[in-house]
Amino acid sequence: MKKWILMCCAALVATGAWAAKEMSVQVRDGQLRNRASFLGTVTGTVAYGDRVTVNQTQAGWCEVTIAGKTGWIHESALTPKRVVVGSGTDDARIGASGEEVALAGKGFSKEVEAEYKKQNAKLDYTWVDWMGKQTVPAEQLVQFLKQGDLAQ
Amino acid sequence: MKTISRMHWAGTGIAAAALLWAATGCETVNQITGAVADAAAGAGVITKDQAESTKRVGTAVTKTFQDITPEQEYYIGRTVAATVLTGYQPKDAKALNEYLNTVGQTLAQFSGRPETFGGYHFLTLDSDEINAFAAPGGLILVTRGLLKCCQTEDELASVLAHEIGHVEKLHGLRAIRTGRLNSALTILAVEAGKNLAGEQLAEVTKAFDESINDITGTLMNSGYSRKLEYEADAAAIEILKKAGYEAGALVAMLENMAKGWDSSRHDFAATHPPPTDRIAQLQKLGIASTTASANSRQQRFLAATKAL
Repeated sequence: MKKWILMCCAALVATGAWAAKEMSVQVRDGQLRNRASFLGTVTGTVAYGDRVTVNQTQAGWCEVTIAGKTGWIHESALTPKRVVVGSGTDDARIGASGEEVALAGKGFSKEVEAEYKKQNAKLDYTWVDWMGKQTVPAEQLVQFLKQGDLAQ
Repeated sequence: MKTISRMHWAGTGIAAAALLWAATGCETVNQITGAVADAAAGAGVITKDQAESTKRVGTAVTKTFQDITPEQEYYIGRTVAATVLTGYQPKDAKALNEYLNTVGQTLAQFSGRPETFGGYHFLTLDSDEINAFAAPGGLILVTRGLLKCCQTEDELASVLAHEIGHVEKLHGLRAIRTGRLNSALTILAVEAGKNLAGEQLAEVTKAFDESINDITGTLMNSGYSRKLEYEADAAAIEILKKAGYEAGALVAMLENMAKGWDSSRHDFAATHPPPTDRIAQLQKLGIASTTASANSRQQRFLAATKAL
């Protein structure tokens, strides 16, 4: 019986069920909104690797707090892993032995893309870079929905 | 009796690991597999060497597309898009591409995965071919030929929503063959705190190259399975409904596509099921064709697609 209790405790620790509900931002630029919807007003921004505390969840959205500011962000922008930005840190060394961290700028990265480009001279990223800059502001998207008699 | 007790202990641990796997996914089971292997070795059920081997296998099997972070997916997607662009010219039409990005980025917000590392971005390819490519992470390229199959904004939205569905469901990353990522992601774990040395950079770049080839080969030559195409269609229907578009516009667009369908062509016909099959599948979901679209949407659609 004791074994089972110990095993259950180990399982809960392993799954993070007892840990504080903290998550990391896993997108380059994240936005906090005043309600659990993309149609909500943007009240702040978060950056890749930022650690947030999740207060509550609602239909795929998380209400989070970071540095005293609170807002809603979609769960697809968050990961339970700790995102380690930069190398040589304690967290990066933890990453060498465990898998509870995601390492920013490692693996398939800018460094590997540059190396790949060297080997494939015919590849041209001009239009790919151009595409990456085509971001329609959130307020404009909301206006687009309104003008087109779409979801409000 | 002692052996039975040891076996029981190890068996209990393995059962617990299996349950945890079902409950929590691969990463946790990787840690648990290691713990169970150690425990089994400690109990004398298996040797230390066997335990190490078990742990290595546990590590190897978890290096799948699911271990790719959104940031890594972003870099894969950039090179997939650059590779597609070696075969197609972009259509340099500002108003058209702005419109495509506005419709597409609006739709993405209603998908199951509105946030990717670098966001969703769209570009028209200057080709009469009927084709579209969704690079992992959200770079989506659509030919002029496919856009011409659309008579309304709702139909255009159905095309983009289908491609967003491929990104949402990670279909591109799933095309990476099993085993490609093992060495690259293991180097990554071991060398976490350092910059990659020359030899390691070469090995990770090789895995990158192979992964890109797997994805572009699927996107441009072999195509996804019917199951994944139907999955993208189902995702598109959900996105269209949530955004307020006519879900039946996808069927109407496929009907337009069917008129010029030639299965011997090396474009969409080579990589997608015939539109009639997709229509039949959508009808099973209760989706009927409709060419309806609000007047406000039709006006801006006609203005933006003049360049086609």
